[in-house]
Amino acid sequence: MSAMSSNWDRRSILRAAAGLSAAGALTACGGNNGRSGGAGSGTNLTQFFHAYGEAGTEQAIKKYAKAYDKANVTTQWITSADFESKLFATLLTDSAPDLFEFHPQIQMIKSGQVADLTDIIEPVKSEFNPADIKSHTVDGKIYGVRMIDDPQFFFYRKSMLEKAKVEVPTSLDELMEAAAKLTTGKVKGLYLGDDLHSVIDTMIWSAGADHLDEKNQIAYHTPGVIEGIKKMRKLFTSGDLLLGAPTASWDPSSLNQGLCAIQFCGMWAMPAIQAALGDDWGVFPFPKTIDSGKPSVYNGGWSMFVNAKSENVEAAKAYVKWLWIDQKEYQEDWATSYGFHIPPRTSLAQTATKLKSGNAAEGVKLFNEFGHFDNIGWTQAMRTSLEDVFANAVRKDMDPEKALDKADEAVDRELKKLFG
Amino acid sequence: MSTTETRELARPAAAKASPAKPRRALRGSPTVNFWLFTGPFLIGLTVFVYAPILWSLYLSFFEARFTVTPDKFVGLENYTYMLTNDDFVGSLVTFTAFAAFIVPTTWALSLGLALLVNRLRFMRAFFRSVFFLPTACSYVAASLIWKMSIFSGVRFGLMNTVLDWFGIDNIAWLVDPNPPWYWVVIVSARLWLQSGFYMILFIAALQNIPGELYEAAAIDGAKPGWQTFRYITLPQLRATSTAVVLLLLVAAYQAFDEFYNLLSKTTWGRPPLVELYYKALGESQDYGAGSAGAVVLTVLICAVTLLQGRFMGFGRGEESK
Repeated sequence: MSAMSSNWDRRSILRAAAGLSAAGALTACGGNNGRSGGAGSGTNLTQFFHAYGEAGTEQAIKKYAKAYDKANVTTQWITSADFESKLFATLLTDSAPDLFEFHPQIQMIKSGQVADLTDIIEPVKSEFNPADIKSHTVDGKIYGVRMIDDPQFFFYRKSMLEKAKVEVPTSLDELMEAAAKLTTGKVKGLYLGDDLHSVIDTMIWSAGADHLDEKNQIAYHTPGVIEGIKKMRKLFTSGDLLLGAPTASWDPSSLNQGLCAIQFCGMWAMPAIQAALGDDWGVFPFPKTIDSGKPSVYNGGWSMFVNAKSENVEAAKAYVKWLWIDQKEYQEDWATSYGFHIPPRTSLAQTATKLKSGNAAEGVKLFNEFGHFDNIGWTQAMRTSLEDVFANAVRKDMDPEKALDKADEAVDRELKKLFG
Repeated sequence: MSTTETRELARPAAAKASPAKPRRALRGSPTVNFWLFTGPFLIGLTVFVYAPILWSLYLSFFEARFTVTPDKFVGLENYTYMLTNDDFVGSLVTFTAFAAFIVPTTWALSLGLALLVNRLRFMRAFFRSVFFLPTACSYVAASLIWKMSIFSGVRFGLMNTVLDWFGIDNIAWLVDPNPPWYWVVIVSARLWLQSGFYMILFIAALQNIPGELYEAAAIDGAKPGWQTFRYITLPQLRATSTAVVLLLLVAAYQAFDEFYNLLSKTTWGRPPLVELYYKALGESQDYGAGSAGAVVLTVLICAVTLLQGRFMGFGRGEESK
């Protein structure tokens, strides 16, 4: 109110300030495309990575980018919980990254979001793990370069199992019993994450089922899977699961800090677990869900893709080729110097000495023996449908049959749109 | 009215200072002033609010998957899909129930705080600030504190530690939906975040009630306490109450941040916006169906707001005073 009686100078300053800040806000929106510009030889490339948990990973990715002299590569390091949504949303805009890491999913190919990389992979195709080539191929074209394979399985504390006189579980029933016996006042038997989503895939495979069959029709809706869901429900309500832990299940901290005796995690966590627990740990695959099932391991991982709508498709492809096909030294550094990952290139996998002994060697064995790779036809929306099944029928008490019917509806809608 | 007054006061002063500059006079014109002040906001509103709303409306009639520039017209198919979708309709119902609970609760708590703080004889400014401070806290930050430290599911979470003193077992507050403890977390976070702001609105309104009214009431024999509150204070707060309820209602339907952060990957406790995000806008990238849902939600919020305005007389505040 005092402004009413004040002189013009103050008002014009205020006005100018308001105008300036508005203009500033508007220009800031246009300029926020993550590119630093300036240095380098003209071409600017942006890449998206999800935030790896291991120390040094971000620096490593930036170090590789800096070593490349044909383009100026900027990295965006995105919190892993937000990665998918941020990536998908940004791909629709002008500030989309030129290249990004993700998993092979067919909707990105059908909608023309990722570029065909066949010409850069073809010459070295035979060097890659055939499963990694297959999971990136649609109609004979290869759309992504696998950087790392990440098998996921259970990690357990040897001493805790010995103390409770528990053998390494070979079936889901035994796992449930083990979880009960291992639960004490301060330690919970088992940690699968709060939502249990990380074991959906392996639970299905270990029940002798699959996500989709060869004709791209639903293959997960089987009596075995229903039995598995019922067992998971029993496990969830048993009080033997660690729930509401401070870190997610991809982070080994819960196991390392003694909050649980067994945790579902990935090969990447091995160096951190080794550092925290010494030799007091071992690994085992997801045990058979039903008697007729088989143990399974999820061979996840990350691949590089090139944004087909980028203005610099060729430059981005050249960078992918340079780093993830030609620079073997960096590839090995990336796969084994931070977290442990299996290099998808057979020659590298064979020479990676860190993966040759102890639990790491056991992890590689599980990967080869029980591993299942991504099915490129299984998309993010379909993933979400099965996550809803776990939410509804494991964490809530909806009838599994009904929950799966609901998922069928959503998955069929997707399948129809993708495959007709 | 105040602008006219200002101009009359200011113009002679400006003329005296620099009579030779016509630019000054131009800047002093009310039209230019109007656009200078509202322009930036109008531009922002158009670019960031109205344009997206219209674009959404357009998208809702198309099959827009993995694109926001679709070409396949599908008519009302997206609307049929969303309105026959149990989860989306369910979330609308849940959140009408949620709004019916949280709006009166927040209203009562803010009013209660306002009455208490207004009564204070000393340290009033201190308590006013203390209760108002949470408003400055981001919903995301508050959610993380609630999730990681106060209502963490492990034995060393704050609430579980307290329960442990009484020999009660750990509760996985946010993970296990049965019993639905997650509402305790959400409601407490929301109350903590919101009450302070509405308290300030109520304090302002309370201070606006003329003291003579209370004196007159006392002379007429009204007992202090409930009777005075019921027949003097509450009716005098009518305009503010209406505004507060309106704001709370809109906020309840727009709830997103704390639900998204506290309840990750559930199928329950999803406000309509979170439901839309998971169903269509986030990872599924089905922008047609998502936009249809957003349009339905917008229409619903407008309808509820208008109805409530009619019912409680928003905008007629001056006469009803």
